[in-house]
Amino acid sequence: MKHLFLLFPILLSAQALDPALLTKPLANDWPTYSGDYSGQRYSRLTQINQTNVKNLTLAWTTRVSNGPSAAGGGRFGGGPPLIVGGEGTGELTGGFGGGTNIRASILQVEGILYFSTPDNAWAVDARDGRVLWHYYWKTKGGTHIGNRGLGMWGKWLYMETPDDYLVCLDAATGKERWHKPIADFNRQYFSTMAPIVIGNHVIVGTGNDLDAPGYVQARDPETGDVQWTFYTTPQKKGDPGLETWGTLEGAKLGAGNVWIPGSYDPETKLYIFGTGNPSPSYTNPKSRDGDNLYTCSLVAIHVDTGKMAWYYQMNPHDTHDWDSSETPILVDGEFKGKMRKMVLHADRNGYFYVVDRLTGEHLLTSKFSDTVNWVKSINAKGQTIRDPAKDSIIAGSLVSPNNYGATNWPPAAYSPDTGLFYVPQSDTYAMYYLTETDPRGAMGLGGKDEQMVASLGSYLTAIDYKTGKIAWRHRYPGTGGFGGGNGILTTASKLVFAGDMSGNIVAYDGANGKILWHSRPGAISNAPQTYMLDGHQYLLVAAGDALFAYYLQ
Amino acid sequence: MQKIRLYFVACLAIAAAAQGPPSRPTVPAVKPRPTGFPERPPADPAMVERGKAAYGVNCTFCHGADARGGSGGPNLIRAELVMNDKDGELIGPVIREGREGMPKFDMSPSQISDIAAFIHSFRVGGYDISRMPPPSIVVGDAQAGQAYFAKTCAKCHSVTGTAKGSLAGIASKVTDPKTLQQTWLMPGSGRFGFGPQQAAPIRVSPTTVTVTTADGKKFAGRLIRVDDFFVALADADGNQRTFTRNGDIPKVEINDPLKPHKDLLGGYRDKDIHDVTAYLVTIK
Repeated sequence: MKHLFLLFPILLSAQALDPALLTKPLANDWPTYSGDYSGQRYSRLTQINQTNVKNLTLAWTTRVSNGPSAAGGGRFGGGPPLIVGGEGTGELTGGFGGGTNIRASILQVEGILYFSTPDNAWAVDARDGRVLWHYYWKTKGGTHIGNRGLGMWGKWLYMETPDDYLVCLDAATGKERWHKPIADFNRQYFSTMAPIVIGNHVIVGTGNDLDAPGYVQARDPETGDVQWTFYTTPQKKGDPGLETWGTLEGAKLGAGNVWIPGSYDPETKLYIFGTGNPSPSYTNPKSRDGDNLYTCSLVAIHVDTGKMAWYYQMNPHDTHDWDSSETPILVDGEFKGKMRKMVLHADRNGYFYVVDRLTGEHLLTSKFSDTVNWVKSINAKGQTIRDPAKDSIIAGSLVSPNNYGATNWPPAAYSPDTGLFYVPQSDTYAMYYLTETDPRGAMGLGGKDEQMVASLGSYLTAIDYKTGKIAWRHRYPGTGGFGGGNGILTTASKLVFAGDMSGNIVAYDGANGKILWHSRPGAISNAPQTYMLDGHQYLLVAAGDALFAYYLQ
Repeated sequence: MQKIRLYFVACLAIAAAAQGPPSRPTVPAVKPRPTGFPERPPADPAMVERGKAAYGVNCTFCHGADARGGSGGPNLIRAELVMNDKDGELIGPVIREGREGMPKFDMSPSQISDIAAFIHSFRVGGYDISRMPPPSIVVGDAQAGQAYFAKTCAKCHSVTGTAKGSLAGIASKVTDPKTLQQTWLMPGSGRFGFGPQQAAPIRVSPTTVTVTTADGKKFAGRLIRVDDFFVALADADGNQRTFTRNGDIPKVEINDPLKPHKDLLGGYRDKDIHDVTAYLVTIK
């Protein structure tokens, strides 16, 4: 046992994140949600290339378990230390079961991996998968739908919890430094977003399935105190956008939750993110007559002040709970013969949008799911205008896509080498039945019964952002399914890595979709990532409760 | 809003029961959406009854009988102050002192506790079962539906006899019109919804596959799984066989019995769907 204690001084000699790393293009480390601030999920690493990718082999695998009874648990027997925090009993986990499902992006800093599930965080040795510590938060409750990962500032980690706390942990030991509430638990907020650290701001967002204000907040990394709050809907008389709501109360409680991280442009100091749908989600009470700004929009705010620089609303007055939360991808490139700084975004609603990221000027709208049928027209600003006949109706309205959407939170990716945008796509239909006929509408997600009809197929789809045309599509074999894979990685070897519908992690030629390698860890639950350590390029992916790391031997 | 795939939700045991006085009859088959938020402990029913009476006299006009808003007054159930109130400690001062646009009410502490108990007895989050009465979904024109059926469905289906594809007696087997509509649109579908649901009334033939190896041998059976790398089938005796795929070898032909239904999805108008349902509910 003694030798265990000897390890500790080494551990404590402190992995810390050099802030300069965050503004560099993605290569050896993975210091923030998307790897770097651009959201591209494009790694400069080239050790794994088109020729040798077929030789990828398992370096290690590690299984973790939610909750206090994790194996080892710091008891005699040499397990990793278990650190317990929280303000609740840990019993109410929201009907999503006790299973461990790693949906997070995993940080890799100085040879240590940091990741999370709802109420849990771990540090794992990136070389061999050994668990260094496990932090467990005893929850008061809240929807335990997923946790998208941790943020890091210096030697501190930040985690959101389903019961709406921001928890600061010591990266070296997993010990808690402080926790601060970031939303009103009694109003049924739940928090899942990976905090994004920019300079001395920790950006947080929350979710809510009732009717409550959606917002983004900056917090002080040392104290957790609020620096600024940006509400995604008007909150008082005189606020811009109020004219796009029927009443002030409707606007105030109009949601537009921000539950997936945005991207950041260091040149303009703009934090650019997607907002959720308006609430009530499926019904049309007078209180939300209008376009419902700034829901279902791309929004750019100055990171030091929280003041909005521009917005672009893709989906005015959404009625299908199709958030626009998907992480925007920032790309510099040519568009119609001009160099442009752009935002690329594939939406749950089945459309792909390109916007100028300095001004919010619309550049392109195109449909990427062929079956989508809810749009009546695309207006001069490129906004997709809904066909009210495709709202939920009593007798049922056949709508594509289903509520999950043509795509969803699993991250898309971009490769500057191919100029292509890669996105998981599903072509689905559902019947949307209205069950609430009260003119006051329903609350939150209520008032409808959505029943799945069929999926016509799921795809890995490559879009040429210059035209919006599909460059290639890889259809997953089978008779349908939806939500395949859980996100995408691209690398400088023109490789694309993505999970498929059958539990495989697959490497494709990014230019044409040709399959180059695969392995089957089982239901892939996050987006693949890569990092470089001791001369090895690793490919890392999570499947449920386990991490799988591959390399070239 | 955040969603996991519904088929995952469908697998979970969902135990939460609706709370609050249902204003309309509940539908027993409805599965409430899981909520992770603590439910309020049930209040003394006598208190809730007294609260309901006091609320009815003083509050209903502005806030609605169901507390979801009325003439001028906001929805109380999702109001920040109400959600943070335990037993009248926050609601009380508003009642007694009034607000902009709201008069003062001279009420005793016990009356306020009663009213708070009544307001808190309504379900807040998720899908409110008491508010999901099943309005009849049958609104279509049965005659037009019959014509549509003759034009589109009669290639494979009839409404008489016992031959394969006959839907004779379908409305007696499937008595819930919504389930019937889902079933004819896509047999076996709808089970991922949260609405009233009959058990799958129609047996859907399994997807089958024929695998032809490089030397011309054919293997046919029920499709177990297929991806870009393997295809697995079960033969008539239930024996499973897995084949490694390498591009087009072996040749894999999947027969999805629902394909004709899927091919129609892009062509329906909602009116066609409602008309066909109105017709099929008459095929008893």
